[in-house]
Amino acid sequence: MSLGKEFSKGILRENPLFRLTLGMCPSLAITTSVNNALGMGVAFTGVLLASNIVISALRKIIPESIRIPCYIVIIASFVTLTEMLMQAYLPELFASLGIFIPLIVVNCIILGRAEAFASKNTVVPSFMDGLGMGVGYTLALVIVSTFREVLGTGTFMGHVVFADSTYSALIMILPPGGFITLGCILGFLNLLQNRKVMKNRQATQLKLKQQVAHEVSSN
Amino acid sequence: MGIDNQDNLLIVSSSPHLHGENTVSTAMRDVLLALIPALIASLYFFGLAAAKVVLTCVLVAILSEVLAQKIMKREVTVDDSSAVVTGLLLAFCLPATIPWWMAAVGAMVAIIIGKQMFGGLGNNIFNPALVGRAVLVASWPVAMTSWVTPLDGVTTATPLGMLKQGLAAEQLPSLGQLFLGNVGGSLGETCAVALLLGAIYLLYKGHIDWRTPVSYLGTVFLLTAIVGAFKGAGLWYPLYHLLTGGLILGAFFMATDWVTSPLTKKGKLIFGLGCGFLTVLIRLQGGYPEGVCYSILLMNMVTPLIDRYTKPRVFGGVSKNA
Repeated sequence: MSLGKEFSKGILRENPLFRLTLGMCPSLAITTSVNNALGMGVAFTGVLLASNIVISALRKIIPESIRIPCYIVIIASFVTLTEMLMQAYLPELFASLGIFIPLIVVNCIILGRAEAFASKNTVVPSFMDGLGMGVGYTLALVIVSTFREVLGTGTFMGHVVFADSTYSALIMILPPGGFITLGCILGFLNLLQNRKVMKNRQATQLKLKQQVAHEVSSN
Repeated sequence: MGIDNQDNLLIVSSSPHLHGENTVSTAMRDVLLALIPALIASLYFFGLAAAKVVLTCVLVAILSEVLAQKIMKREVTVDDSSAVVTGLLLAFCLPATIPWWMAAVGAMVAIIIGKQMFGGLGNNIFNPALVGRAVLVASWPVAMTSWVTPLDGVTTATPLGMLKQGLAAEQLPSLGQLFLGNVGGSLGETCAVALLLGAIYLLYKGHIDWRTPVSYLGTVFLLTAIVGAFKGAGLWYPLYHLLTGGLILGAFFMATDWVTSPLTKKGKLIFGLGCGFLTVLIRLQGGYPEGVCYSILLMNMVTPLIDRYTKPRVFGGVSKNA
């Protein structure tokens, strides 16, 4: 697979949130505002990139039987770094993301990429994979949080969209709003994919029919 | 001889050969008929405001159904009136003062998220009207709990709200007022007598089973009677609980929903029991004064489980103990 494809697969085809439905807990919890989603996405991407690079570089040294604890140690080091950096330079964002920053350590997407990709590939493809997955996850978080913030508080990244706050539906920034939004988006994407599959199937059937007709007529 | 000359054709069909005359449309029409007394009562008590809410809910429910079915490329089945029933039931659990656009959002959520996204009529897990109401309560809690008195439209609390505030028995509406519906509350829930009229019609027509409402109301009565006895309030206390809030509306028209409640007889009893228990629990211990909506939604969730564990023995089959 080309490097471009390693990058692009994380955005749509294997989007960690929308396609693989991994990392649901932080996604539901922090998507109440676009700022939170962006902050989480960037922190997540940073950790994923760094851990993918280091794990792929060390893949021949890490013993097979204790690979998971090794991955966790590597990931935890980068999460601790990120956490301290955020606490120092972005204290507000750090406060609003709270427990979900340290929880990146046990984020199943990062561990999943380490196990499924970085441990079997060289550094450069692993870098592209991490970048694609990180950008895909960030995009997904921003999409979910856009719906929730605009409908729930009438703002977008803190800027007022609807001045009249009576129109804001509180449910959208409560947990049920997260589930409803994510469920609707997943359903919509499945619908699109099903239609594409059906179209492809019809096209191949048509082709087969034409082929048969052609063979019959030429005989 | 044309093929469409039906008289001369032998009809070949598989069994069953005898058909009842009930279809989804006739059953829904009967439910609508049964809701008319309550509708008249709500129009009498809350006037034009009620008419506006009811019309908005019903129209938006119909439009959402057509739109959703068109988008999802399903057969458009709006003429079975199930969307009208959902819209009407939703309107019945909204306050008269609610802005029209909130009612519209509720109806859209009820039909699109509560019903069509699960696969349409017959596939929904939750009662669509109650989904609409639950979403509205979570979204606009203030607007959803601003009640007015009937006829003169003065701001008031619901009888259950007053009870929760700890008002003495003399300050509360009398049982007679509750029975006629001359109290604050949602559009369709206040007038017990109108709801009971409709319920009798549905029971007579055989559309609903007596087991769910009887076990629901019985459980609420029993539990509140015990609590009342401890409070020294006597028989008045459980009767007050029976007649207030959405209990009668919920027990006869929502807990008996064909799609979202158990099919078996034993299951219906268990369903009512669970609803009653949860309603009393929420009313007496919860943060909200009323718990009918959530209790039914919660029991909707366990309906498949109840059905599975109360499956009757196949006729002629061997019983487990044998």
